[in-house]
Amino acid sequence: MFQETPYIRHKLRVEKSAKTVFLLMTVLIIIPLIMIVTYMVYKASPVLSMDFLLTKPTNGMRQGGIWPALLGTLYLVLMSLCIAAPVGVMAAIYLNEYAKDNWLTRTVNLAVINLAGVPSIVHALFGLGAFVIFAGIGRSILAAALTLAVMTLPVIITSTKESLSAVPMSFREACWNVGATKWQTIRGIVLPNSVSGMLTGFILEVSRAAGETAPIMFTGAVFYKAIAEGDVFAYGLLDQCMALSMHLFTISTQVPNVPEALPYGTAVVLLSTVLAVNAISIGLRVYIRSRKKW
Amino acid sequence: MVNSQPKIQVSGLQVSYGKEPALKGLSLDVRDNEILGIIGPAQSGKTTLLKVINRTIDYISSARVTGSVLFEGKNILETKDVHSLRRKIGMVSPLPVGLPLSIYDNVAFAPRAAGIRDRKKLDPLIEQCLQQAALWDEVKDRLDTLGTKLSGGQQQRLTIARALSHEPDVLCLDEFSIAIDPVTTMRIEDVLKELKSKMTIVLVTNLVQQARRLADRTAFVWNGELIELDDTETIFSDAAKDQRTKDYVNGVFG
Repeated sequence: MFQETPYIRHKLRVEKSAKTVFLLMTVLIIIPLIMIVTYMVYKASPVLSMDFLLTKPTNGMRQGGIWPALLGTLYLVLMSLCIAAPVGVMAAIYLNEYAKDNWLTRTVNLAVINLAGVPSIVHALFGLGAFVIFAGIGRSILAAALTLAVMTLPVIITSTKESLSAVPMSFREACWNVGATKWQTIRGIVLPNSVSGMLTGFILEVSRAAGETAPIMFTGAVFYKAIAEGDVFAYGLLDQCMALSMHLFTISTQVPNVPEALPYGTAVVLLSTVLAVNAISIGLRVYIRSRKKW
Repeated sequence: MVNSQPKIQVSGLQVSYGKEPALKGLSLDVRDNEILGIIGPAQSGKTTLLKVINRTIDYISSARVTGSVLFEGKNILETKDVHSLRRKIGMVSPLPVGLPLSIYDNVAFAPRAAGIRDRKKLDPLIEQCLQQAALWDEVKDRLDTLGTKLSGGQQQRLTIARALSHEPDVLCLDEFSIAIDPVTTMRIEDVLKELKSKMTIVLVTNLVQQARRLADRTAFVWNGELIELDDTETIFSDAAKDQRTKDYVNGVFG
């Protein structure tokens, strides 16, 4: 008993090295991330200020702020979320709670998962054809938000389905046994206990929608648009708008002689916007989790 | 009043999951105000039978059901209003299920689903159900705590209270004592004896002695078929007709 045989020593050595390798890999991802963010903030520091956020670009985008792009991104992200979240959640409820387990359902599920992998430029062309031209909405915030919504729907459906199926089957059976309908069961038990998981899907949606350039480039985002500074209702639904991702693309590649700090500043703002929206949903999730009921 | 018509009459019931048969032409009847014990080894189709009786079998896509089940003379396999049917049949599952709601809301779930929202009607009903399930004294001061935080035995009594809350005519229990301690089991058995005067009880159990203690009549189901159904005394005596029944109740196989 408790004698150190060569085999035990070997086992412990392997255990130790396994742990070290996994730790090393984790550090390997974190360090570049920290370096990139630090470098970006450092490069952007000359321009970062409230004025940068709240004024419009001047001098052919070589000076001034990014207000129209910041507001445009907020419009696009929030509107696409407002469209994709209800549709996605309802579709996920159907697929997870109502649909019978047959080949058709399995095909639909597979299609949804595969849709999540379709490149965004393909979605862009779809949006251009379906919303801008066929539906006649024209290049506008609405068309761009719809395109982003279509792009992010599979992610929302998949994550919502996962959070729904995390609610134990026995809860549903108990409700059915006392004569509750499926909808009464979903509303009373399943939904309240899967909200926190659904929020994860929304976080992913927001991050992806805010960062994409291709889908909005064809459907509603423009090179430059002057709007009233500091006015949050400056854009209408059918207006075209600027967006942070698109703005970053143009000032980095299309406009000559832009001071280096401007693109970095834009990138930092884009990153912070995504983080800010994520932080809200993460906070909400933590709050809901803390009241977990089983 | 003794009704000559059986409460539930199952005839020629066949159920299969895909190609796997679970019940192979089972027929039995449940009389008014009796405790019918159903015994039999695992995988013999006992739970499937209960799922057919309250039509939750509908939610298993692969299940195919043929035959007929008459409840008070009506074939429940053809009824459209499964929710009213389920309210007439209380169901207690093997593992206790406290819904992630307060104790009060756990019991009020079924009445609310049926449209009763008035606290003046709900309060006495909930007290009555918890009393009947022998849980009231332990929880009356904390009805707003979570049902999921109760102990296993308490949760099983909560499940029974929930099954009683829609005032069923028949109470089906599926191996209710698997996950709870012997003391609670005995308390629930006492509860069942008392409930018998008000409703019909179908008791599916793995414990043959439990059937012997409680049931008026006992059915032995094996491999999807009814082997024998008779008075409990007969089943547990040498008078049992089928050798397999004798072997099973004496623990020779199963």
